[in-house]
Amino acid sequence: MKPLSRRQIAWRAAQDLDDGAYVNLGIGLPTLVADFIPAGREIVFHSENGVLGLGKAPRPGEADSDLINAGKGPASLLPGGSFFHHTDAFLMIRGGHLDYSLLGAFEVSGTGDLANWTTEDPGYPPGVGGAMDLAAGAKEVRVLCEHTTKDGQPRIRHRCIYPLTAAGVVRRVYTNLAVLDIGAEGVLVREMVEGLGIAELQAKTEPKLRLAEDWQVIAAPAV
Amino acid sequence: MIDKIIGSLEAAVADIKDGATVLCAGFGAVGAPDELIDALQAQGARDLVIVANNAGNGRTGLAGLIASGHVRKVICSYPRSTDSTAFDDAYKAGKIELELVPQGTISERMRCAAAGLGGFYSAVGVGTRLAEGKEAREIDGRLYVFEKPLKGDIALLKADRADRWGNLTYRKSARNFNPTMAMAAELSIVQVREVVALGAIDPESVATPGIFIDRIVQLGGKR
Repeated sequence: MKPLSRRQIAWRAAQDLDDGAYVNLGIGLPTLVADFIPAGREIVFHSENGVLGLGKAPRPGEADSDLINAGKGPASLLPGGSFFHHTDAFLMIRGGHLDYSLLGAFEVSGTGDLANWTTEDPGYPPGVGGAMDLAAGAKEVRVLCEHTTKDGQPRIRHRCIYPLTAAGVVRRVYTNLAVLDIGAEGVLVREMVEGLGIAELQAKTEPKLRLAEDWQVIAAPAV
Repeated sequence: MIDKIIGSLEAAVADIKDGATVLCAGFGAVGAPDELIDALQAQGARDLVIVANNAGNGRTGLAGLIASGHVRKVICSYPRSTDSTAFDDAYKAGKIELELVPQGTISERMRCAAAGLGGFYSAVGVGTRLAEGKEAREIDGRLYVFEKPLKGDIALLKADRADRWGNLTYRKSARNFNPTMAMAAELSIVQVREVVALGAIDPESVATPGIFIDRIVQLGGKR
């Protein structure tokens, strides 16, 4: 059994973004999704600091100090892109104008609760940024994360241990082991990596898993 | 004749009082009025309440104002950044108060103050620690919490161009919080790269109409 790399998780999530979708990519793992949009699809990326139509990172020497992304790194704008002020940027988020919000997570619960804003590290002041807006407002919230923590604890839990970002919002989770849908009937396994059995996946996941009748092996290329 | 242009940074901030609530625009360093904030630090007003997205980085601008002990409280969404030691140190030492607010909620609270509204119900933060103690209300089957307007005594802003009436244009993602903060304070002060003749800004391109601006300082500098 070979888990997906971080880039492969991003690749897998990118395959599900339909042509014409307006999408916000969270900081970290979700940011990689922009590199794997299938050819022929136009996806408009939104940035919370007032940008629609975010392009790839500029080449060295071509960065504009007034154009950054949500991670405060240099950004570029595609033809058709636009700038607007913060209140409109968050109106787009909060008002359900984005088709997808792709977020990282510390933990997700079996009922779609999301914890991704604080690990309560006493060494630092807390920060929330746009995490709660992005989790509460988009038409659909999807999460990309490793299936377990570094010390092997499940990230998909009965209940989140870390403070919540939003309750009952996550509909799909892409991990290095599986693609999971969260719905009224609980957690449904849509895809698993080759060589992984449902019992082994269950052992790394707290909520009871159901295996979709038409489940598939994740066919991720080396990216 | 209307002429809002002030000859120096010092004169522009001279009458800001101790205890003032100061809205400071910017997303990270982009669109942040660092020169005005440095002038405010030199002016010496104390016990300031700062409303901003972040809490400064490096040694100048907001970080300098915090490091020199002029700030009593910061209302922001994300105090932590690559070099936010000024805030981090003051926070750890218990010398500064932090009110953490989701990014879109900060922005909308200011917009509400600007629009003369008494607040709004938002689904952002529902079920989380940041909504504790707030009035909750179910509207058409969804749960919301009540958020109060947030008004500034002063707004410190950065724009690209201004005319003497205070009509403003911005550059790229440097627009961010500037237009909302310009509307939400009793007195709005803007630093600009360039002052142009009245009528030189295309009326279709005015991003902040002059009614919201009280003082303009021209800094010059590269575009």
